[in-house]
Amino acid sequence: MKTFEYTIKDPVGIHARPAGLLVKEVKKFASAITITKGEKAVNALKLMALMGMGIKQGDTIKVSVEGADEEAAAAAIEAFFNANL
Amino acid sequence: MISIQGKGVSTGVAMGPLYFYQRAKTSITRETVADTAKEWQRFKAAQAKAIDELGELAEKARAEAGDEAALLFETHQMMAEDLDYEESIQGLIQDEALNAEAAVADTAEQFATMFAGMDDPYMQARAADVKDVSTRIIGILSGAVQGGIDSAVPVILAADDLAPSETVQLDKAKILGFVTEGGSGSSHTAILARTMGIPAIIGVGNQIKKEYAGREVIIDGTKGVVIVDADAATKNMMIAKMEEQRKTREMLEALKGKPNVTKDGHSIRIYCNIGSPDDVSSVLGNDAGGIGLFRSEFLYLNCDDYPTEDYQFEAYKKVLSDMGDREVIIRTLDIGADKQIGYFNLPKEENPAMGNRALRVCLNRPEIFLTQLRALYRASAFGKLLIMFPMVTSVWEVKEAKKLCERVKKELTAEGKAFSDDVKIGIMIETPAAAVISDRLAKEVDFFSCGTNDLTQYTLACDRQNADLGRFYDPHHPSVLRLLKLVCDNAHKNGIWAGICGELGADLSLTETFLSIGVDELSVSPRAVLPLRQKVRETNVAVVRDKIIEDLIG
Repeated sequence: MKTFEYTIKDPVGIHARPAGLLVKEVKKFASAITITKGEKAVNALKLMALMGMGIKQGDTIKVSVEGADEEAAAAAIEAFFNANL
Repeated sequence: MISIQGKGVSTGVAMGPLYFYQRAKTSITRETVADTAKEWQRFKAAQAKAIDELGELAEKARAEAGDEAALLFETHQMMAEDLDYEESIQGLIQDEALNAEAAVADTAEQFATMFAGMDDPYMQARAADVKDVSTRIIGILSGAVQGGIDSAVPVILAADDLAPSETVQLDKAKILGFVTEGGSGSSHTAILARTMGIPAIIGVGNQIKKEYAGREVIIDGTKGVVIVDADAATKNMMIAKMEEQRKTREMLEALKGKPNVTKDGHSIRIYCNIGSPDDVSSVLGNDAGGIGLFRSEFLYLNCDDYPTEDYQFEAYKKVLSDMGDREVIIRTLDIGADKQIGYFNLPKEENPAMGNRALRVCLNRPEIFLTQLRALYRASAFGKLLIMFPMVTSVWEVKEAKKLCERVKKELTAEGKAFSDDVKIGIMIETPAAAVISDRLAKEVDFFSCGTNDLTQYTLACDRQNADLGRFYDPHHPSVLRLLKLVCDNAHKNGIWAGICGELGADLSLTETFLSIGVDELSVSPRAVLPLRQKVRETNVAVVRDKIIEDLIG
């Protein structure tokens, strides 16, 4: 399993647009990707649950990637966060 | 062969299968289902169709406005196949034996509540997205048809009559012509047909039977006739007519790019009346010089609640940028009378044509008006906008409306939002009162545009929607024409221009009169532009003017 932490820089946080793009990105990989904020954890394939976490600017989230392509997936998702959020 | 006589309100001949307009059902029934596995399959099929539809919308948006625009529909697609959403629906169907429509509705409510309960206003607004997606799925489940037409090929559309909100949502590419049971020549179906340049026949009553659905019909808008299962001879004759129609069209095509100038060098601007941003392509396709009347009602009719400033801004911006450097006259909200919108909650009136309508509604409820004006001014940065107020009777109304414009401009300046500082303001002259005091009104505005449909109805005290009053409703009545002359004279004395944006503008038997009294602009349906240009180019004003003026005022 690969994990990394990321602090959200986007002023509106994980709103519909980046959440949609994130789900699209996650779908490219076989690994299970989980986003954790505090106590709450969601499967990154679940768009509405992701939006429902209300992740805002300044929040630090933990991203865990587990599966056959976890190396590539973790790198891609981290790059995605840097570029979009 | 069955031949049905109605009243032709838009000319031309069209042939195709007859299709009856499908109205959407609005309420959902809750039922217990026996076969939950089958119900789940029914949901899965509807979900797949919704995802397909959204994919098509996304591609359409991408082609028209780029990736950002497509993303909204892609997000909706993801919501439709969201795992939790699907799981909740599956639970309701399998564990509670609920029908799919109700399961989707309940789930939508649950997710919408979750979003609505978040502390971020942006997230709260996402409740509408979940509901929108769910409404689409429920629509598919209950057999409702998007845009009222479910046919692979274009059809002749039959309906009792179509409400304005229905005409704006029709899939126009699927319609060859209209046949309605009721209606009048100024009804919205008739206006739409003329804008689209396709034939329409109204008032056929119960002669058009449901059992004709799917059968081949030929409609002739010039004669007002509908023929079901035409025999070979009739069919050949109609095909010949369609061919003739095509040739006339070709001849008119040759007029594209030519100026609207009379033989003696008088020029007149020919603009178009439109009711939706989709009509812009036919405006440009018919080589019109601009848009003389853009009815902004479509934005309100298309919504279940007051359209937001941003929503309106995007629509106005699109039309303005599509039209480039050509003028676009947008008429502010004109509802009331025959155009009612539920969420406005306007009390029912004894006499709506003389009631709370158009500018009166806007001045009585400035918050609605200000939203529209803000959207208009913001859009003015993207093209050549002119704003026009409908249903004016007094100078104070114009002053009050202009004050609101000034307020909006100040607000936008303070917010650092861009707008054009050269937005011309005009009014519609559609009441006898406005025509009579047009000398005073001219000092307040930059232009006039005469709405001849209402001007005729108010001058003659004659309801234009009443089919029994046909011969009393006479737009050629000298009183109407004299008022038009008065308006033009008063405009010119005060250095402003005057146009006509009613149906009368396209009446070729009056083109010489309009040129003689000095009308500066005629705004007509897109299809009427080239025939009108032809008529203008054939006219010699110097030869006809004196007699026309003498006949009119003598």
